[in-house]
Amino acid sequence: MNTTAVRADRRVARDAVAIGLATGAYGLSYGAIAVASGLSVAQASFLSLFAFTGASQFALVGVVGAGGSAVAAVVAALLLGARNTLYAVRLAELLQLRGFGRRALGAQFVIDETTAMAVAQEDRDQGRRAFWLTGAAVFVCWNVATLIGALAGDLIADPAALGLDAAFPAAFLALLAPKLRERPALLAAVAGAAVALLATPLLPPGLPVLLAVVPALVVALWQRRVVR
Amino acid sequence: MTMLWIAVVITAAGCYALKLAGFALPRRVVDHPSVRGAVELAPVALLAALIAVGTFTTAQRLAVDARAAGLAVAALLVLARAPFLVVVIAAAATAAGLRALV
Repeated sequence: MNTTAVRADRRVARDAVAIGLATGAYGLSYGAIAVASGLSVAQASFLSLFAFTGASQFALVGVVGAGGSAVAAVVAALLLGARNTLYAVRLAELLQLRGFGRRALGAQFVIDETTAMAVAQEDRDQGRRAFWLTGAAVFVCWNVATLIGALAGDLIADPAALGLDAAFPAAFLALLAPKLRERPALLAAVAGAAVALLATPLLPPGLPVLLAVVPALVVALWQRRVVR
Repeated sequence: MTMLWIAVVITAAGCYALKLAGFALPRRVVDHPSVRGAVELAPVALLAALIAVGTFTTAQRLAVDARAAGLAVAALLVLARAPFLVVVIAAAATAAGLRALV
């Protein structure tokens, strides 16, 4: 292996660990909020292990904590989890997973962070490495942190005080940036962001981000007409 | 089983099923030329939407606060080709610093 490849490998591993640690900080907060909202430690951890998608988990505990119905909590969580389906369609093509075990585990790792890391890489092999390393790092950190947060409760600092709510958009922007040099991707990104912002006051959480797929479709169709 | 456990289990099963559903789409559909472009662009548009909603909204309302300053610093550093970790840490530090000051 040449030095450039070694450097790229190290960079991917280091970035994956950093993303894992940052999600861990959110996991502490999730665990604490889950218990404060009335979930048991076991229920908080069950979700981190088996739902393993932060936005949905925060949505569920938010609805439960606000005294909402169980049905409303489930619907809110599933709406936020729906974007993972679209990520998985893209990642299936990139990862080309064979065998039940790999597909079953790979599916669980399909989240915002792994998708952003995987699609940011220049070649397919590095994309796969980025997916698995980020998935493993986030899974371990998220679950350990959930347990600590659920047990420690109020001792945990607010992620916003550390600026972590700004860290995630920044991380996704840095990962998307190389893609945005191509005009169709830039168009889809800008239009997707605009649609989501306009829809935010009108639709329940989860749907505005999901709506961004519409401009992506429009740009793809337009691109095809131009190419033809 | 309590109501809350039922909600927790259905949420976990549902969230996993949503992920798996994306893997189950037949290859011939995904590889179809008119779908392929959209499949490539969808994660880019969704992640861009996630950045926008994560930065400029609070409780379903549009909002400009310390997160916007963090993202602006991140954008400048990305343009200057700063390393990933520098971008992320600078964005967090900017937002946290502004909040500490104000």
